[in-house]
Amino acid sequence: MIAKFRSTYGSGIEPLTYAGQNYMVVDRSMIPDILQVLRNEEQFDYCVDITAVHYPKREKQFDVIWVLYSYSRNERIRVKAQILDGESISSSVPIWAAANWLEREVFDMFGIKFDGHPDMKRILLPEGWKGYPLRKDYGILQQDNEWVQINLGIESGQ
Amino acid sequence: MKPQQHAVDREPQNLEMTDSNTLSHLELETPEKTFLDANELVINMGPQHPATHGVLRVILRLDGEKVLGLECVIGYLHRGVEKIGEHRTYTMFNPYVDRMDYVAAVSNGLGYCETVEKLLHVEAPPRAQYVRVILTELNRLASHQLWLGTHALDIGAITPLFYTFRDREEILKIYEKYCGARLTTHAFRIGGLQYETYNGFEREVKNFLSFFRPKIDEYEELLTTNRIWVERTKNVGIISAKDCIALGVTGPVLRASGVKWDLRKAQPYANYKNFDFDIPTCQNGDTYDRYLVRMAEMRQSVHIIEQAVEGLPEGPVMAKVPKVMKPPAGEIYHSIEAPKGELGYFIVSDGSTQPYRVRVRPPSFVNLQALDLMCRGQLVADVIAVIGTLDIVLGEVDR
Repeated sequence: MIAKFRSTYGSGIEPLTYAGQNYMVVDRSMIPDILQVLRNEEQFDYCVDITAVHYPKREKQFDVIWVLYSYSRNERIRVKAQILDGESISSSVPIWAAANWLEREVFDMFGIKFDGHPDMKRILLPEGWKGYPLRKDYGILQQDNEWVQINLGIESGQ
Repeated sequence: MKPQQHAVDREPQNLEMTDSNTLSHLELETPEKTFLDANELVINMGPQHPATHGVLRVILRLDGEKVLGLECVIGYLHRGVEKIGEHRTYTMFNPYVDRMDYVAAVSNGLGYCETVEKLLHVEAPPRAQYVRVILTELNRLASHQLWLGTHALDIGAITPLFYTFRDREEILKIYEKYCGARLTTHAFRIGGLQYETYNGFEREVKNFLSFFRPKIDEYEELLTTNRIWVERTKNVGIISAKDCIALGVTGPVLRASGVKWDLRKAQPYANYKNFDFDIPTCQNGDTYDRYLVRMAEMRQSVHIIEQAVEGLPEGPVMAKVPKVMKPPAGEIYHSIEAPKGELGYFIVSDGSTQPYRVRVRPPSFVNLQALDLMCRGQLVADVIAVIGTLDIVLGEVDR
């Protein structure tokens, strides 16, 4: 599969394995195409999870990760793309309907925008909240004090 | 979101009677159109609604009593579990995972411990694996019992609640004797179990099984052919297998739509490959079928526990793991079949004592996304039935 991808897409794909689990690092620009091919031609019909990891010391600060599963092949694969802070990435909602809430959660927690998402807004935190909690520079005790004071009528949530 | 106003500013009502024949405060302008003539009605349900199983807010768009669509507002129970994970050591984070799906805490613990074990490249010893299967399957029974009791209560059958809670108590007693806790058990440790089983554990589990088997029939007698139950659940909240897969729905909901898929068989973890059991499925994908699938699953769980107690080997319950855990840098996704569906953990290690990132793939969160689709075209009362049949736990949805 990877060999076929490589011949079509060139060096933008790097296949890797850790502890028996396959994943590939894919260039950001190839994201909707590769996912579409995985869904339509390689039968990865179940989008298990979409998440991100923040590496503040890297130039491309964020890893966006798709965990995919194929019912017919009983196989899992992870797709990983690296993006800069403030950069957006293509939404996979047209490929898997399940991506809707998962992408909203990534946006809520990391502030990564997905282009073409039908309803790109916060999901777990209230809409007016400032800051993205799962970024490494967001402290564990930090919170949007202004929001807390206005909406909850208390000095601080701590 | 705009700041909510708690009190609406209103002119103080003038309750003085001007004419003895008219009640001035009831003299309202006659509306040109009554509300009932309006085509569309938007109403709010929750977050404090008794039938939402937690703090779920649903905004319904209705045409009369028919649901045109709905939107879920979640996050009321958000505690930032994933953030906490990044600031605790691997061992310290273990009890936190129990607080997500608090009615199936043992399953959460199993998934987390196995993922960290994979990162550490260790495996729990056979005896620990067997005890893990016994406790996890008991937890599946407890979770399904709680689901059945509350789901039936929502629909109007009160008796099953008393029956299931009475019998669930026996499972909680076993947990309490094993590790001291009933609900958020923290039963497992990374590398195995902290505690050896207590004296008489096997006997008590066996006693429970022989006590519980006829109880499943008892529940079924109350409901399976009950006219009201069948009317309220048949053809309600139908979802097709294709939609389930597209929406990432897993667990009993997926199986009731006819997909024979269970992670315990598809990608066996713990030592499930040693046990003989079936994956119950149904075809219609309605609320009634999901009820049948869960009832059949309870029978299969009893069957698995029976085999595990029979074959429980002797030996150590803890693998050799260092006191200070520093898994080599790497990332692992591992998932288990929790009572609600696929529960996955994605953990990134940077070689230090704390996980660099812990991501939980919660089955309830992903399954809840299907609520809109399942409720369209149904009646308002059916929304309650569908929320019940999805078997969500808001602690896990919001994390």
